[in-house]
Amino acid sequence: MSRAFVSVRDLRVSFGRGARLIHAVDGVSFDVAEGEVFGLVGESGCGKSTILRALSGLNPDWSGEATIAGRPVARTRDPAMARTVQMVFQDPYGSLHPKHTVETALMEPVRIHGLGDGPRRIERVLTEVGLSPAFRYRYPHQLSGGQRQRVAIARALILEPRVLLLDEPTSALDVSVQAEILNLLSDIRRTENLTYILVSHDFGVIAHMCDRVAVMNHGVILEELTVEALMQGRMRHAYTRELYEASAGYTRRLERSGEEADVAA
Amino acid sequence: MNGPILTVEGLSVTFPSLQGKVPAVRGVSFTVGREKVGIVGESGSGKSMTGRAILKLTPPRAQVEARHLRFRGIDLVAASEREMRGIRGRRIGMILQDPKFALNPVQTVGRQIAEAFRIHRRASGTEAKQRTLAMLEAVRIRNPHRVYDLYPHEVSGGMGQRIMIAMMLIPEPDLLIADEPTSALDVTVRISVLRILDELVSERGLGLIFISHDLNLVATFCDRVLIMYAGRIVESLPAAELHAARHPYTRGLLESLPRIDERRARLPVLARDPAWLIA
Repeated sequence: MSRAFVSVRDLRVSFGRGARLIHAVDGVSFDVAEGEVFGLVGESGCGKSTILRALSGLNPDWSGEATIAGRPVARTRDPAMARTVQMVFQDPYGSLHPKHTVETALMEPVRIHGLGDGPRRIERVLTEVGLSPAFRYRYPHQLSGGQRQRVAIARALILEPRVLLLDEPTSALDVSVQAEILNLLSDIRRTENLTYILVSHDFGVIAHMCDRVAVMNHGVILEELTVEALMQGRMRHAYTRELYEASAGYTRRLERSGEEADVAA
Repeated sequence: MNGPILTVEGLSVTFPSLQGKVPAVRGVSFTVGREKVGIVGESGSGKSMTGRAILKLTPPRAQVEARHLRFRGIDLVAASEREMRGIRGRRIGMILQDPKFALNPVQTVGRQIAEAFRIHRRASGTEAKQRTLAMLEAVRIRNPHRVYDLYPHEVSGGMGQRIMIAMMLIPEPDLLIADEPTSALDVTVRISVLRILDELVSERGLGLIFISHDLNLVATFCDRVLIMYAGRIVESLPAAELHAARHPYTRGLLESLPRIDERRARLPVLARDPAWLIA
């Protein structure tokens, strides 16, 4: 990496206190170059989504250092940072207000940031995500899952951000719809020169989208590898191999596979 | 007993609506023997409704029709609700996607499993408890005595699903319908749950209907696969040959999956052919 566009140093997030204190993210560091797609992979509870929530400002209670586009990420609300970083959530059924039309949902960030020129911006982002401008009058229940996710992506794009945080953007969708959304994300990244941090539990999606991936478990990054290494199965960590083999489907053998494999990390 | 455990012929499920009848399942036929049969399809393809129709657990307004629905010589179409109660759980078990919602939250898991046994078999409380502990051990729960007294919220998703399997297998059914049994689980947990299911199904000679949206999983876990699209079975083939499927829908689904070993600039998007609805 020449210069880090997103840089995270020793990020820590914990929940609870006393005996119930849980270190959800326990000292994570990584760098993402401009225009790169960086993957975070791991099982539920490993802390991958918590990292995105800290970077996006949804969870202000974290320690460590993070810079995006040369500016430190503040713990307090920061409109300029919100314009730089936007997030797309997993569940398109839950992330759109059921009583707001597409237009209302898309207008809100425009209004908050005082950008003006709302109708033109809405038309532009809707076209960009492959929806006709007529969709602006629809309510979420009048949209399919794939269309909802397109609206959620449009809402993230309307502020013209530089970085998109994608939290399992296709795991609630059917595979044929997943293909459409992943293609859309690839196209937008090219045309807008965006940087992505993509959280997923699916090695197929990670291999398709990412340049590099960090494998997480229990709040720490076990290893970071290039997508080429992942595709060729050149991982050092036994846990990564276990995930990799499990993603290929069911095998009768594989009795706690990795345990005997060499752990280099 | 040889021959199929379950024979389904011309099964249809339709829902009346203001716009006329909406078909969910349209004339589906298949048999299940002592094997693992996978039903794959996308949301709305009718795969879950097919599983529910076998147990007559469709919503009240659904209209179910079938030329034949035979289970071990019993005509399920003609069976009364009373007869169905003797079949559900006792002879055909069903495992649902999320144990969080399928287990009773205010009863310990041990008592729920023991209850499943006592409802279907005459047994004393002590015997039911013994059988429950043995069953918990069979689904590889390391400390059955401790887990017996836990409430559902105190167990993890993977353990919850093993408890569901224990509860469904304790009345010793002939057929098990598993509707997305591992979709809510992490990949590494998923494999261990599937292995338990696989072993118990083959040890006890059960038939298994495995409903899933995950093509790779079904291809590697099941013996045979039925592919459903818009309420119809468009293709049926041995699981090992799924990757040589011929129907354009199956091919399209397989193509649109991102692969771990091959990078393609774009994923092929499934083009739906209206002819698939009729042909």
